[in-house]
Amino acid sequence: MQRVRKRVTLPDKRVSEEALNMNELKAKPIYLDYQATTPTDPRVVEAMLPYFTEKFGNPHSRNHSFGWEAEDAVEVARAQVAKIIGASAKEIIFTSGATESNNLALKGVMKFYGKKKPHLITVVTEHKCVLDSARHLEQEGYKVTYLGVKENGLIDLEELKAAITDETALVSVMGVNNEIGVIQPLKEIGTICRERKVFFHTDCAQAVGKIDLDVEDMNIDLMSISGHKIYGPKGIGALFVRRRPRVRVIAQITGGGQERGMRSGTLPTPLIVGLGKACDILSNEMAEENARIAELRDYTLQRFRDRLADIYLNGDEKERVCGNLNVSFAYVEGESLLMDIKNIAVSSGSACTSASLEPSYVLRALGVDEELAHTSLRIGIGRYTTKEELDTAVDAICTAVERLREMSPLWEMAQEGIDLKSIEWAEH
Amino acid sequence: MAYSEKLIDHYENPRNVGSMDKNELSVGTGLVGAPACGDVMKLQIKVTPEGIIEDAKFKTFGCGSAIASSSLITEWVKGKSLDEAGSIKNSQIAEELALPPVKVHCSILAEDAIKAAISDYKSKNGAADAAE
Repeated sequence: MQRVRKRVTLPDKRVSEEALNMNELKAKPIYLDYQATTPTDPRVVEAMLPYFTEKFGNPHSRNHSFGWEAEDAVEVARAQVAKIIGASAKEIIFTSGATESNNLALKGVMKFYGKKKPHLITVVTEHKCVLDSARHLEQEGYKVTYLGVKENGLIDLEELKAAITDETALVSVMGVNNEIGVIQPLKEIGTICRERKVFFHTDCAQAVGKIDLDVEDMNIDLMSISGHKIYGPKGIGALFVRRRPRVRVIAQITGGGQERGMRSGTLPTPLIVGLGKACDILSNEMAEENARIAELRDYTLQRFRDRLADIYLNGDEKERVCGNLNVSFAYVEGESLLMDIKNIAVSSGSACTSASLEPSYVLRALGVDEELAHTSLRIGIGRYTTKEELDTAVDAICTAVERLREMSPLWEMAQEGIDLKSIEWAEH
Repeated sequence: MAYSEKLIDHYENPRNVGSMDKNELSVGTGLVGAPACGDVMKLQIKVTPEGIIEDAKFKTFGCGSAIASSSLITEWVKGKSLDEAGSIKNSQIAEELALPPVKVHCSILAEDAIKAAISDYKSKNGAADAAE
């Protein structure tokens, strides 16, 4: 059955204003890409605003009230950030974001300890900024081990134990994966690292505010934090650097020696205030918020499963953050699916959307068949997502999947009982 | 990525989606691409005894550009002789749909698909047709 899809035409002038508004409402895009970024919470914006205008001082100005006022605000924010991960304020270094934090953690630690301990361990499913920092270190002569992951996306702790040598300075494992949302066993990794006297860094850009984090309980030595993933502003992040036992890093940005010499540059007071406020909100509301989002997530997955056959959830179903659904819709290529549901902002696991034409390296690392990797969507649910939006999105996605499957030779073959693996495809 | 209106039209209202009986003598089937690469095209032609393509159908697993390229080529080959259809170049498809450079491979796949369908038809119909 083919659906004839008509172009949306603008209503002519005779159409009442009410109908016009209805149409605009209908066309309002639905945002389901909370792992990419989040809108800044209006309470955060409100907290930030005075620091652009009347409280504009340089927090490093020691000689006047403008500077003191800004410095006070920065220190309040530092404490708010520290609180959410169980650290002390002095252990928080502000950066421009998680990418910079990850760069500083990996390069900074390896360059400080690298003479005696030139070995770094990380994981194949890490964010590109961790993997790329590792590659740069490799080019400079450091040794890097990339741990694989199991089918559910989690690392094998025995493999980690076996990879640690006397030359290992640092283990870097992300808390929550950005594509598939799986939660790595941070506490167990921390225990192993502490026993072997190896520093443990974790990229928690996707974990803060989603799971409970405690750097003491989890024996975490460095942690990267991002502002814009937690309803804070873009352009701000933090790196937790443990003081006891002390972790030393070589600064990657040098200058005035701010942030205990680890990161020079004038602190952006408004952004820092925003990050602090975002953490403060999470401290109070996280549990309730995540319960609500998890319920929406489970509801959404169930609706997909009720309506469509041959769909697969990528990544562990239990060890997973509340807001992430990464689903493969077999026999339908992800980019064409995105094109069909253009009013719904989700992300495709098929990097066909970028120039590389390669499916996601994360999905491939899990051992997801390449053909299934091409059919995946990441649906991100967050603070402002409503059930109505999800209903609209599920309906639109299912309708698109059904239309595209009718058009898919693979779906046709599967319905005829042909094993797609038995065919000799001409790879191109 | 910004796509041309023609491409979006073919994606949203694809022409000639469907299947024909691949066992029928007058039908030639081309199946090209690979699921692991993210695109597979099945293109079928129905040929008159005079060697004219009277009907064409496709099914495509792939991105919007792949779907549009196959939809377009089914429109183009109808009413053409096998030789005429076989001489369609991927560059003509890419130009008509204004494919961005990263999507040019979709038009190559469509050209491969029609060539494969023609050669399937010819091999099914023996030397006489193949030598026409």
